Amino acid sequence: MSIDMEQFKTTFIEESLEGLDIMESVLLEMQPGEAEADEVDNIFRAAHSIKGGSATFGFQDITQFTHVVETLLDQVRSGQRAVTQEAIDLFLQSVDIVRDMLASAQEGFDIDQAQVAAVQAGLERMLNSTPASEPAAATPSDDGATDEHEHGTSGEAAAPAGGGWAITFKPFPDMLRSGNDVVRLFRELAELGEFRAEADLSAMPALVDMAPEEACISWQVTLRGEIPREAVAEIFEWVDDECELTIHPLDEAAALTPVTAAEPETTAVAEAPVVQAAPPAAERRSSERRKSRSAGAESSSIRVSIDKVDALINMVGELVITQSMLSQLGEDLTLDKVERLKDGLSELERNTRELQENVMSIRMLPISFAFNRFPRMAHDLSSKLGKQVELKMSGEQTELDKTVMEKIGDPLVHLVRNAIDHGIEAPEARRAAGKAETGTVHLNAYHQGGNILIEIRDDGAGLDRERILAKAVERGLIGASEGAGLSDAAVYAFLFEPGFSTAAVVSDVSGRGVGMDVVKRNITALGGAIDVQSSPGEGSTFTIRLPLTLAILDGQLVRVGEQTFIVPLVSIIESLQMEQGRVNAIAGAAELYKLREDYLPIIRLYDAFDLRPDSTNLTDGLLVVVEGNGRQAGLLVDDLLGQQQVVIKSLETNFKKVEGLSGATILGDGTVALIVDIGGIIQLSQGGGQTRAGSAAA
Amino acid sequence: MDVAEQIANGLDNDMEADGNQFLTFLLAGEEYGVDILRVQEIKGWNAATPIPNTPDYIRGVINLRGTIVPIVDLRRRFGLEPMEYGPMTVVIVLKVLHGDKSRVMGVVVDAVSDVYNVQEDALKPAPDFGSVVNVDFVKGLATVEETMVIILDIDHLLNSGELAVMAGALAE
Repeated sequence: MSIDMEQFKTTFIEESLEGLDIMESVLLEMQPGEAEADEVDNIFRAAHSIKGGSATFGFQDITQFTHVVETLLDQVRSGQRAVTQEAIDLFLQSVDIVRDMLASAQEGFDIDQAQVAAVQAGLERMLNSTPASEPAAATPSDDGATDEHEHGTSGEAAAPAGGGWAITFKPFPDMLRSGNDVVRLFRELAELGEFRAEADLSAMPALVDMAPEEACISWQVTLRGEIPREAVAEIFEWVDDECELTIHPLDEAAALTPVTAAEPETTAVAEAPVVQAAPPAAERRSSERRKSRSAGAESSSIRVSIDKVDALINMVGELVITQSMLSQLGEDLTLDKVERLKDGLSELERNTRELQENVMSIRMLPISFAFNRFPRMAHDLSSKLGKQVELKMSGEQTELDKTVMEKIGDPLVHLVRNAIDHGIEAPEARRAAGKAETGTVHLNAYHQGGNILIEIRDDGAGLDRERILAKAVERGLIGASEGAGLSDAAVYAFLFEPGFSTAAVVSDVSGRGVGMDVVKRNITALGGAIDVQSSPGEGSTFTIRLPLTLAILDGQLVRVGEQTFIVPLVSIIESLQMEQGRVNAIAGAAELYKLREDYLPIIRLYDAFDLRPDSTNLTDGLLVVVEGNGRQAGLLVDDLLGQQQVVIKSLETNFKKVEGLSGATILGDGTVALIVDIGGIIQLSQGGGQTRAGSAAA
Repeated sequence: MDVAEQIANGLDNDMEADGNQFLTFLLAGEEYGVDILRVQEIKGWNAATPIPNTPDYIRGVINLRGTIVPIVDLRRRFGLEPMEYGPMTVVIVLKVLHGDKSRVMGVVVDAVSDVYNVQEDALKPAPDFGSVVNVDFVKGLATVEETMVIILDIDHLLNSGELAVMAGALAE
């Protein structure tokens, strides 16, 4: 069959990952000994669809692995097995394994087979620990058909049966309509071994009532020979969800038949549609929960809630109405209709603005996508470190641009890890300090102005100012005597210096991926900023400030000569008129402006961009104090024009990266204005060597 | 490669069998030709926003229906005497290929001239002037009605020097 399986495969992987996320979040909420039925059902359903899908796409290792998981889950679900902490941990590990397997199926790298084997062995050990659960085939199942035929072999999944197979095959009436033919299936079966089929005509209607397109015969098939079970299952792969099917080794079949024949009728018919219908409904629910995936696997598709799409359609509808109204008006426009034209135009403006806002909102996802990985991480990390940590999250519904979300994931992981690893103290230390043994890490997200703020707050020991200072002196960032005069903010800023990893500062647990300098760099690359507050004994708070979206920025329009530039508003600290007496020049060239207690390097924008200004006199222009890449500087411009939101257009699409510019935008009059890259221009004019002056000023 | 490009390439191949069409334009009295399939549009000159720290032949960028398009002055690019831009000054918007990426760029020329059919084998290679004139940008010379038309290799021309893009930069 020449269907493009690739496309379905991608969907399968995406859906499976969502399923895993659901499993994970449910598992984390689950308390040992008191599993609720629908929690277990949720997990089971996710595991089951992954198994079914992976079998269809031929990922045998995933199928086999999830099968064991599923069998265990099924026992839990039917009450044969209690939920222990051990089981929850095992399931969580399984989730990780399957996630790795999916990633390897998608990207083709090797996975740690030893780990897979270890977890699988653990699962099988648990499976075998309660004899009551065998044979699993007898347990009631969710959607009869598929489960049944898999369960039939749970005991001997890998071993090919010696004697052959007894297959009960009962097509749903609709099966023939999807192009599946019983005769063809049987012909294939017959090729495998000695084939014998008995038809069960009990469901046959009378000739007058018979619909020729409906399947109403069930079959008892006996297949003798050395046939691997997979070979049989494969033949029925395409009709999995359109029939009731049981496959049993021949010798056991006799004992099992009564059970399997009796139960699927009720469960299968009732439950199967639920499972089939579940993906669309569950997807929407899970899309809220779905977290952004591990680094490197940025998905190129986006799930948008139906509401947003409906709103867009409505708006486009309004736009079309306005447009037809305007064109009608335009056909015979007379002066007395000018009022109506104006109304129409303002209507058009409103439509366009709303449409723009809504289109932008498509890219917005709730930040829970990024937050959802943290309960798991906190759970794992705290048990590993022997700490008691409670993770609180708030503001998960705060929406954030998808691109920003994908890039903020790793820095957040790092910060949360740090909070648990270095921030929260061990229980004994906490008790000694008179605090509750359980430490709290609070993740909070909220909007403020045009920004989104993410806080990572812990109630741990707080940052150790003295140790940071000592480390800064050791690394030669400051002189031994300078430390005392520095503000806390200036001291904490050292944390973000390259090579100044928190691990080395606060504890000896190190080698955990990116350092804080990378965290800061990633955040800066997104046009954001990070800020630290800490008080000894009470904990520390890291605040990340991010622009809502990468595509639009709040800009300050500045004029240099005849040209208009845009300076991102987030990087502007203040703007001022200079006083002559405060300007100093080192060696007659490097100009500094004394702003309160700091000396600020002056960048004459016309110099940097080779333009002709109104005046080269410093006091005629305005100084825009900006900060980029942790350095401050003053930009000399001729005039400040206004502030507006601008849509960022890339210069690189048709041209190339230009130093000192981060892009361009189109102003209201249709002309192009260039957006100044603050970090770049400071670098450009200072030639790189002055990090110290900048960060001291910060 | 998108569909349009495939079609364009397909057309390209077809054309090669029975001659290519070239759009010609005037520059300081000489007639130059570019592959017509690369021409996206021809528009009048509008002020461009200059880009700092780029050579003077890059006149800046313009807004072409929401896309930022760089404009190259071909007179200055060839080191010819620059001319005042007037109402007759024309910008030819071209699609420039670079590896498997394409960019849109505009070139400022004196005036648009004509469209010619030129057989591939009627193209004569440009003679080598050594270091006096760089003929790398010249695909060949064609003779149409007794006049010489210089057929330009725009991919080469608009990807060279300051316009060059590192492969990585285009790949974003």
